Amino acid sequence: MRDYEIIQTGPSRSFPPGDEFLSRSVHGAEVLIHLGGEPCEDSSRAAVLVELDAECLGVHTGEQSGNEGSNVLGFSRYRNGLDAPTNLVELVRQPKSSEEAIEAARLMFEAAGFEVVVCADQPGRIIDRLVRPKYNAALRFLDEGLATAEAMDMTCRMGLGYPDGLIERVVRGDLARHHDISLAIHEMTGQAAYMPARRAVVAKKRSEA
Amino acid sequence: MNATIRKVAICGAGGTMGAGIALVAARAGFQTVCHDVARQGLDRSRDQAAMFFSKSVERGRMTEEGRQEALARMLPTVDLGDLADADLVIEAVYEDLATKQDLLRQLNGICGEQTIFASNTSTLSITEIASGCGREDRVVGMHFCLPAQLMKLIEMSRGINTSHETFDAAWAWTLKAGQHPVETQDKPGFILNALLVPFNNDVIRAVEAGLASAADIDKAIKTGLGYKMGPCELIDLIGLDTQVRLCEAFYPITLDPRASAPPLLRRMVAAGHLGRKSGRGFYDYSRQG
Repeated sequence: MRDYEIIQTGPSRSFPPGDEFLSRSVHGAEVLIHLGGEPCEDSSRAAVLVELDAECLGVHTGEQSGNEGSNVLGFSRYRNGLDAPTNLVELVRQPKSSEEAIEAARLMFEAAGFEVVVCADQPGRIIDRLVRPKYNAALRFLDEGLATAEAMDMTCRMGLGYPDGLIERVVRGDLARHHDISLAIHEMTGQAAYMPARRAVVAKKRSEA
Repeated sequence: MNATIRKVAICGAGGTMGAGIALVAARAGFQTVCHDVARQGLDRSRDQAAMFFSKSVERGRMTEEGRQEALARMLPTVDLGDLADADLVIEAVYEDLATKQDLLRQLNGICGEQTIFASNTSTLSITEIASGCGREDRVVGMHFCLPAQLMKLIEMSRGINTSHETFDAAWAWTLKAGQHPVETQDKPGFILNALLVPFNNDVIRAVEAGLASAADIDKAIKTGLGYKMGPCELIDLIGLDTQVRLCEAFYPITLDPRASAPPLLRRMVAAGHLGRKSGRGFYDYSRQG
């Protein structure tokens, strides 16, 4: 086990209350993890991690025309809505991030039993960047009458080997949250594929009512 | 309308998809005429069918008697005239509109009036394929998944002129054949490819944009979403050249930017990195023999 210290100042999607990972915080450990708050620079640590939601790491660290990077990294443990968090940790780096910091963070998470992938500081990281357009497309297909939700979900499971259908997954993950993530990525990319589908907009409005 | 289908014919039975569909039909007890333009492909499919049914016997899914009967039901031919008395003809020929239209026109002059024509197209319009064939009301979309003998799903679609009776008869046949049909509109890619082709392009663009390595993208998708195969692995399996062809079928019709072939995809194809078939795609397979 690699040591880490957690500073939690707000709710965490990656590690909800009671998560075993929270209980193993060690004061002064080489990796510092900020949950729910702004990271503070600390060059005495091998890595300083900040939990990300839909925002980019640069929002916390600032950016310098492609020369940004330090021992401050972003991360998110993937979960679909309020489903239990998965075992996947997306570790977010910047162009000039410290390779030692990346390695320290990777080893720490792997020692805690997580699968770690490293990605650039781009909107949506890996999973949301790739699945949100697909969810929007499926929701639009539903509106356009391409097929029923059941037929689309069945096609995903039986034809593509997915564990669940796209419609059932995005609905279970909360259409209002899908709206928020899609909109956040759309704001950063300008790509139409991330514009929330009508059903997500409706769900968002109803959640606010 | 002949609602009872007893004899099925497969056009393109020398190819991978056609051969699989023939296995489905023969396994389910239908007389199955296996047509292709070249005898060589049919011979190869016949050998593969014998091997497939033998494995089914080994795994206890079929009796030895059943194996022999299924093989006996498969009748290879290079003569389209042998399809004359088929109740259902399923075409799985090259994915080209003119090729399919020409085939249906020929078949219209050969087959009985009640014969239903089904197209296994994955991207083309059923309405366009049927157009001008002379029996537009008796043409239906029947898209099997690869490998057809293992995958139960069939995307069923109606052309604008497809009659209810035709669709219902074809649907009933898929159930008798032990498959699982889902209904979709006659739109590019139906459900499966309409979702998959743009998604694969998104993945390629993400690799090109330096978001993450192909290996990390695959790991994220498998671990986070529970997919059996990572998207880069899947694209390598499909073939990068095939992905280009799918894009070229989709994009001109949909004008969806996600359906256009990413520059990296075209560069990889130009470099001969076609995926598993060439030994290199997003991964290197050259050491796997």
